[in-house]
Amino acid sequence: MLGRAIREQPRIFAVAVSGSVLFGLLVIASAYVAGGVVGKVVVPAVERGEVARGTLALAAAALLGISVLRVVGIFGRRLGAGYMQYRLQAAYRRRVTRRYLELPLAWHHRNSTGTLLSNANSDVEAAWYPIAPLPFAVGTLVMLVGAVASLFVTDWALALVGLAVFPALFALNVVYSRRMAPRQARAQRLRAEVSGIAHESFDGALVVKTMGREAQETARFAARAGELRDALISVGRLRGVFDPMLETLPSLGTLAVLVVGAIRLRQGAITVTELVSVAFLFTVLAFPVRAIGWVLAELPRSVAGWDRVRRVLDATGEMPYGTRTLDPATRTPATLAFHDVHFAYEPAEAHLPGAQVLGEVTFTVPAGKTVALVGPTGSGKSTIASLAVRLVDPGAGRVTLDGVDVRELTAASLAGTVALVAQVPFVFDDTVRANIALDRAGIGDDEVWAALRLAEADGFVAALPDGLDTMVGERGTSLSGGQRQRLTLARALAGRPRLLVLDDATSAVDPRVEAAILAGLRAPADGGGPASILVVAYRRATIALADEVIYVEQGRVVARGAHTELLATVPGYADLVTAYEQAEQEREQKQTYDEVTPLASGLEVER
Amino acid sequence: MSATTAEADRSTETTESTWQTLRRGLALSPELRTGLAGTLALALVYMVGRVAVPVAVQRGIDHGIVGGLDLNVISLTVAITAGVLVVTTACGYLMMRRLFTVSETALAGVRTRAFRHVHDLSMLHQQSERRGSLVSRVTSDVDQITQFLQWGGVILIVNLGQLLVTTAVMLAYSWQLTLVVLVAFAPAVVVARQLQRRLAGAYGLVRQRTGTLLGAIGESVVGAPVIRAYGIAGRTARRLDTAIDGQRVAQQRAIRISIMGSSVGELAAGLALAGVVVVGVSLGVDRTLSVGQLTAFLFLVTLFIQPVQIATEVLNEAQNAIAGWRRVLDVLDVSPDVADPGEQGRELPPGPLDARFAGVTFAYPGGPPVLHDVTLDIPAKSRVAVVGETGSGKTTFAKLLTRLMDPTEGAVLLSGVDLRQVRFDSLRSRVVMVPQDGFLFDATVGENVRFARPDLTDERLTAAFGELGLADWLDGLPSGLDTPVGERGEALSVGERQLVALARAYVADPDLLVLDEATSAVDPATEVRLQRTLDAVTRGRTTLAIAHRLSTAQAADEVIVVDRGRIVQRGPHDELVRDTDSVYALLYASWLEQTR
Repeated sequence: MLGRAIREQPRIFAVAVSGSVLFGLLVIASAYVAGGVVGKVVVPAVERGEVARGTLALAAAALLGISVLRVVGIFGRRLGAGYMQYRLQAAYRRRVTRRYLELPLAWHHRNSTGTLLSNANSDVEAAWYPIAPLPFAVGTLVMLVGAVASLFVTDWALALVGLAVFPALFALNVVYSRRMAPRQARAQRLRAEVSGIAHESFDGALVVKTMGREAQETARFAARAGELRDALISVGRLRGVFDPMLETLPSLGTLAVLVVGAIRLRQGAITVTELVSVAFLFTVLAFPVRAIGWVLAELPRSVAGWDRVRRVLDATGEMPYGTRTLDPATRTPATLAFHDVHFAYEPAEAHLPGAQVLGEVTFTVPAGKTVALVGPTGSGKSTIASLAVRLVDPGAGRVTLDGVDVRELTAASLAGTVALVAQVPFVFDDTVRANIALDRAGIGDDEVWAALRLAEADGFVAALPDGLDTMVGERGTSLSGGQRQRLTLARALAGRPRLLVLDDATSAVDPRVEAAILAGLRAPADGGGPASILVVAYRRATIALADEVIYVEQGRVVARGAHTELLATVPGYADLVTAYEQAEQEREQKQTYDEVTPLASGLEVER
Repeated sequence: MSATTAEADRSTETTESTWQTLRRGLALSPELRTGLAGTLALALVYMVGRVAVPVAVQRGIDHGIVGGLDLNVISLTVAITAGVLVVTTACGYLMMRRLFTVSETALAGVRTRAFRHVHDLSMLHQQSERRGSLVSRVTSDVDQITQFLQWGGVILIVNLGQLLVTTAVMLAYSWQLTLVVLVAFAPAVVVARQLQRRLAGAYGLVRQRTGTLLGAIGESVVGAPVIRAYGIAGRTARRLDTAIDGQRVAQQRAIRISIMGSSVGELAAGLALAGVVVVGVSLGVDRTLSVGQLTAFLFLVTLFIQPVQIATEVLNEAQNAIAGWRRVLDVLDVSPDVADPGEQGRELPPGPLDARFAGVTFAYPGGPPVLHDVTLDIPAKSRVAVVGETGSGKTTFAKLLTRLMDPTEGAVLLSGVDLRQVRFDSLRSRVVMVPQDGFLFDATVGENVRFARPDLTDERLTAAFGELGLADWLDGLPSGLDTPVGERGEALSVGERQLVALARAYVADPDLLVLDEATSAVDPATEVRLQRTLDAVTRGRTTLAIAHRLSTAQAADEVIVVDRGRIVQRGPHDELVRDTDSVYALLYASWLEQTR
């Protein structure tokens, strides 16, 4: 990790380490200057009873000078370390989010939104967080070595005290971190659990309220909050044991220096200057040595974060685009064909088989035709829609546009040819205009308005406070479901696709409007190119508009043909599309029966 | 410039009310005061340990070194100081132990109380806040306080004490030198205050930019299919880069200000040390100050500088913690406007319930009325469907009948008792609502159905599914009643979730059932199955259904047609469709068009 940090930001790392080393050496120097001032300036002055102005000025200048230099060291160290941390974080956020854009949707499906969010945010942060204090740790190490060396130069006996105290301080720190880590991890886990309960409980607030379960929910929350409390108290107690000890140890060292120093002073081995210097050194070194402990405590968190970031960066399975383009001059509708397409979702765990979603799917949407895809929930209709616009690639078989395998097309050619309107409309947190144009070339305000008109969305957009400039999305104006659906429809239409795939995308739109939209697509009034249409639908009104119906069940094409034909020959299809009528007939029969029996008079049996 | 002023204004505002927040917080958690005096006394003793070394150095030098070396004096001084350190260390441990035990216990209490309070708030209040922000009140906001107390709080207490004790010892040695130190630090304190304000602003900007970044990342993750389908990865990458760099620049700005804070402290320390030496030597020459005292002063100045250096950072954290506390208190301060009458409340009379809306008008706070003077009787055991366009006010009926809201004028009565007088435990056990999205908890199917009746056995639940005609569906689940439904029930399909929600209402066995029908699209076959289950659940109970599917209305005893907050038609389905120009007939025609 450290090596990676140095490789990526060598200059800044050098600045941070130099600043840190400078700071460390100055800390040692300050101790000796302080000792020197006492021994060489104060004691003689007091003994002689007069002030040597020159030496005094020099002493003051030295103390002040060291402070100024230390400020330089602090700037180098903290600015360097901070910049390095933030730049590394930014660089890795960029890399992680690039991977998100490159990796296939299948990979996205395997990872929850929450996980991907924290990979790019808190995991990156955790991975590089301990980097900031690392130069400081390096500087502290240099400082410790320098301090012990300077102690040996001064006096071996005092050096021995140092050799006893500093390693003990370091060891105590390591023990502290080791014992703290599992407690912190437990507290962190419990925090997540408490948060999980709160999330779920508030999400289901209406159910809790209407069933009067507030007390039970509170008890459930309180139990976990109590565990968290106990975990935090245990963290606090450990802190209570170690913090004061770490505080006291260097003080005891200073006291030992006083005793040992006095003995050595009597033996004439050292001077008062040296005694005061060493005592001072113990005091100023205490804090940096403790700070190393904080770095050590953070390291496990960093490793865990880094592992999760690596998992994203090392993930494979990009969907590379090809090099072929479809003739851009052609504004004729495209032909879509599925050739024996199989598709399975990748398993959650490697040894399990993936769930087979589609098998042996073969069909064609001829140029300029409208094909309806009908089938029960979970039969694979949305997967077919995704394959048609190459959101995913088939496990076996081919999907072609005008005879060219979609895997061979460039990204631009593919996006320019087909457009998908998904079941759940997705709106960016941006203006209406940006949501529709998406910075695509050749889509100006006129094209945007034309697309809005075609999607029957021009009316409500014109009524928005800022028209096309109105912010929509999470923090903008809240639009209704139908309005969002029509915006995403307009987004698809603005690109003048040659094939339009509608995945139950008009469920919130009035049937009359839907019919108008579909008609407009097939024969544009403004002379633009018409489009082929693949539409996933439940409504009979929609199905009736299609030239052909493809009926799927459990991932297989069961039947294809005209609506009336399928109605007569395919029982499953008939059951699905006429479910309402059947239910109604049953009810009518039942009602007739129910009503007739008690009312033998027959007065009400007019139906 | 104006931005800086605005930031400063904001931080002044918050410092002004910091004490008020603390007072409010203490009033709410009186247990925080438990043993506070003892804890502070222990903290003070702990602080004495910090000045023990400089005092020992002074005594050692003055009495054992300067003017004749005396090992006995030094040994005695060191022995006594070591003893003092052992005692102060022990006090430090006791102080932290008490502090953490009391504060964590109190805050766990606040957390739980806030949680309950959120549930007690009316639905209107709950929905006026973004759900995530309500969760923050009982999670990150409280975490912020406990984390501060565990780290910054202790540092703040210890350093404040250190400042006091150090100043006291310095004064005891020499008031002149103390004055020198204070004068040297005075500008630093002024500058640090300024910097702390700017730092608060800078951190605010970091938080805001982090929010923007999270939004951008979220969009790139949730919108992945759209980004891919429209080939706009480049555009998305540019937006992400802008957000990432925006955050980085803000972070770098914050750290620059923070470094200035510590630099100012460092320079002040150098100034103080130089001043102490210069003035101290003059005093020493005059014999008003001993060598030991002067040396001790050098030690004391380093103790004095630490709190000043840490102050900018810790104070900033303190502000965050206080802000978190304030947000929690603010939630607790909202009084539930739809409150349980509690002990004074009445029980609903036993037996089937009838419902009556008596001259009910309802308006959302600050909005126009959504219901105008509605009077409606729903006889016991009848099934009533309320229909109308989106925005006609039809769901308001359900919310008033379950007392999720109270009418602005008029009253809602159940078997003659005003709902506002009915105790919640009586109301909730007799009146059950099935909300639109059929929310499920991350547990098993059985646990979800048992939600309102934890005492029911598995046999009883299985029987209930049978009575609803869902026995084969239950058998089809991988582990029957023990099948986990996943987060928010997402392991089940939308239709299946609604089936479980209906079963949950069925076993609660209410006398009045209120249904807010789901609008989400399920395939027609699933919809028909839902309809059949619905028929079974409502049989023999007073039922009010907010009908989005007109098949529900067809099956009801009476249909209430609502338009712009008024009842415009009522009667059985067959009668209402006869008038082909009526609101209901038009709704029905449009419904037919959609389903055929």
